[in-house]
Amino acid sequence: MCARQCGFGVHTYDEVADRMISDQSKCAGCQRCAVLCPTGAITVGLNPYSYAPNFYWTRERITDLKRQAESGGVLLTGCGNDKPMRVYWDHLVLDASQVTNPSIDPLREPMELRTFLGRKPRRLEIVDGQPVNGDPQVRIELPVMFSALSYGAVSAQAQESLARAAKAVGTLFNSGEGGLPRGLRKFADNAVVQCASGRFGVDPGYLRCSAMVEIKIGQGAKPGIGGHLPGEKVSKSISAARKIPVGTDALSPAPQHDIYSIEDLRTLIYALKEATDYEKPVSVKIAAVNNAAAIASGIVRAGADVVAIDGIRGGTGAAPKVIRDNVGVPIEMALASVDSRLRAEGIRNQCSLVVAGGFRCSADVVKAIALGADAVYIGTAALVAMGCTLCQKCHTGICNWGICTTDPYLSKRINPDIVSRRLIGLLCAWSLEIKEMLGGMGINAIESLRGNREHLRGVGLSDWELEVLGVKGAGQ
Amino acid sequence: MLDLEKRSNPYRDDKVIGSCSIFGMMDLRGRCVEGQPVFEAMSNMRERSNGLGAGFAIYGLYPSRPKDYAFHVMYESAHGKELAEAELARNFDVVHAEEIPTNPQDGVTNGPMLWRYFVRPPSEDGVRFQELVAREVTRINTTVKDAYVFSSAKNMGVFKGVGFPEDIAKFYVLDEYRGYIWLAHGRFPTNTQAWWGGAHPFSFLDWAVVHNGELSSYGANKRFVEDYGYRCNFFTDTEVVAYAIDLLVRRHGLGVEMACKVLAPPVWVKIDGMPESKKALYSSLRISYSGLLLNGPFSVIIGREGEMIGLTDRIKLRPLTAATGNGRLYLASEEAPIRLVDGDLERVWSPLGGVPVIGRVGQGICYEEEGA
Repeated sequence: MCARQCGFGVHTYDEVADRMISDQSKCAGCQRCAVLCPTGAITVGLNPYSYAPNFYWTRERITDLKRQAESGGVLLTGCGNDKPMRVYWDHLVLDASQVTNPSIDPLREPMELRTFLGRKPRRLEIVDGQPVNGDPQVRIELPVMFSALSYGAVSAQAQESLARAAKAVGTLFNSGEGGLPRGLRKFADNAVVQCASGRFGVDPGYLRCSAMVEIKIGQGAKPGIGGHLPGEKVSKSISAARKIPVGTDALSPAPQHDIYSIEDLRTLIYALKEATDYEKPVSVKIAAVNNAAAIASGIVRAGADVVAIDGIRGGTGAAPKVIRDNVGVPIEMALASVDSRLRAEGIRNQCSLVVAGGFRCSADVVKAIALGADAVYIGTAALVAMGCTLCQKCHTGICNWGICTTDPYLSKRINPDIVSRRLIGLLCAWSLEIKEMLGGMGINAIESLRGNREHLRGVGLSDWELEVLGVKGAGQ
Repeated sequence: MLDLEKRSNPYRDDKVIGSCSIFGMMDLRGRCVEGQPVFEAMSNMRERSNGLGAGFAIYGLYPSRPKDYAFHVMYESAHGKELAEAELARNFDVVHAEEIPTNPQDGVTNGPMLWRYFVRPPSEDGVRFQELVAREVTRINTTVKDAYVFSSAKNMGVFKGVGFPEDIAKFYVLDEYRGYIWLAHGRFPTNTQAWWGGAHPFSFLDWAVVHNGELSSYGANKRFVEDYGYRCNFFTDTEVVAYAIDLLVRRHGLGVEMACKVLAPPVWVKIDGMPESKKALYSSLRISYSGLLLNGPFSVIIGREGEMIGLTDRIKLRPLTAATGNGRLYLASEEAPIRLVDGDLERVWSPLGGVPVIGRVGQGICYEEEGA
């Protein structure tokens, strides 16, 4: 059993000795063998072998240096930044009602999470009792969507599970930049289709097969560089969806080569709107970087209906480790500064703000909305619900849980019937928890929390951090 | 008034909150009547306030000057008065100025100087003049030392201060005035020092709002109206209500009923079940003006020329009773004060959450339960 389950080849059966042998150096720590072992014989823990303790030259540093010396190449990794940087969500606490304002009981009162993404009119024109203006809006039943997970980076079964769950719950999944396989086109009403620098699979049919179109400028895990799908993962069906030869690396260019400036972005935004008859909102996704506020302002003025920002904790199927761990800005800070800037310029209402990058739980979502987001994208959290254990080997094409692989033997381990139910369970659980938190604050519609930073307080933060976040310290 | 926030919100709380008694009385034929019933009703609800603020708004107040804008101003120093009067003279044609008559009461102390000015608008372009009034009043209130304009509209006026409602009424000698709409407020603030300017009604142009509640959506509402140029200088949620309805009705041209459907919209489940055209309208209203949804407990009575509106939050977390009789519409926090002052009522009811009760001079009452 364990030999079959491990794609990394840790376990082998020695016929002569009639016993299982484990090569622990190959183990990724994904826990697949331990979970499925019928006799409970396997325990996977941290490898006790290590170099001499050194605060500065850690085991990770030493291992990386040796790997580079051997390969002469850029070290790749998967998943999001795992470094112990400050997690601002954990330094923000939420408010609740007492006495002067009753808390609202979500079991007994309506509690509304429905959210609309898109550009809102500055003034609603009504003629003969009917609204006559307004840009396209996408409705989601809770302010949580699935982040871009491209076909190729994840298996077809994994993407289908996300699509099914999105449809069942009334939210969106995101095709990523790898095109939308034919089989998923029936989920068009719940799809965000991406147009990234590689333009894989982009044609008018693909763009129309969506609820929203997203221009991907950057990704939180690798700001400044393009997508990377290792050739090992480019199977025949991936080749069909991406329109590239089997077995070749799909390396998206770092910039979009038709966007070297904000006016070029405007051209692409309107090209996509033309291609979709102005019926779908166009989102522009950027990585959270130093100038995110100014860039976001430009994006809104360029005509985008949604601005998506992906923070430094954002996940990836494959990225240079040095970029993942060192480039970008925490999403909490980027969100606060973008929202503040758009408000200061009086254009916040002209777009929706979607944030991504390491959302771990429903409280993170509620805090993001109070900071000013309309909705969040979750990637890693969804993958974990599907079975992922964050072993960070996504870039190898081997995923023993069948998620981040295109190997048919491994990917059939994802049964969309079961896995989509797990994703639905996750979103339902978060939805209930968000309602509890809203009710506690005396709010029964999510829009009344949006940007309502009075409901947040900071704990253990310095003045500049509180200032950027736009929240008072606890007790203030 | 310089440092308005410091005066209105001395502890720099997120917002100024408090519980209250509210009362509104309107003569539906537009006849101006005495305020005695209102004083009695407020006295009956004394337990709902704590002596730290009370006030009245009266429409039809100055029948001899129906076209002139009446500016009611508080001064805390002679210097403030000089500065503000210079500002008024610079921007407006002030045709009459006088001290507001008062009759000192034991329970009413630390009062400022109270003056009123009648300002004649140019004969043409009333809309532009309204904008000028809005802008200049806001400017005086935020930049001129020791001066605060607390009402600035035609044929109406606000009288307010620190004390219990019945004492404030006596202080301003309100039994000498008549009006077709009377709004009254008794305040129970929890986080403000007694400041005359902080009492209700809060008035902006011809809107006057008396409010009982605490908006948990205050931050979201504030940022929405600020996007449209309003400045929430007082940090009271009442102020936000006035700006929200001004934006929707005066500037965006929505009817009052529709504006109420923005402030207290039907829940989505209800909207989903509406016929298509109605659904399109209600959805667009909610989507476009989501930042104006007033969340958390509130009941408000809003006055404007010829209209009195009662509204509560959509799940009715604060009380509001409506009643009619003898050509009058009453709105109040409680039923008892209405019954106390009018023994001959035709109808007494508790309006549903989020369903406005609107009285209009010459047109009667609009209250549609179906739209709840």
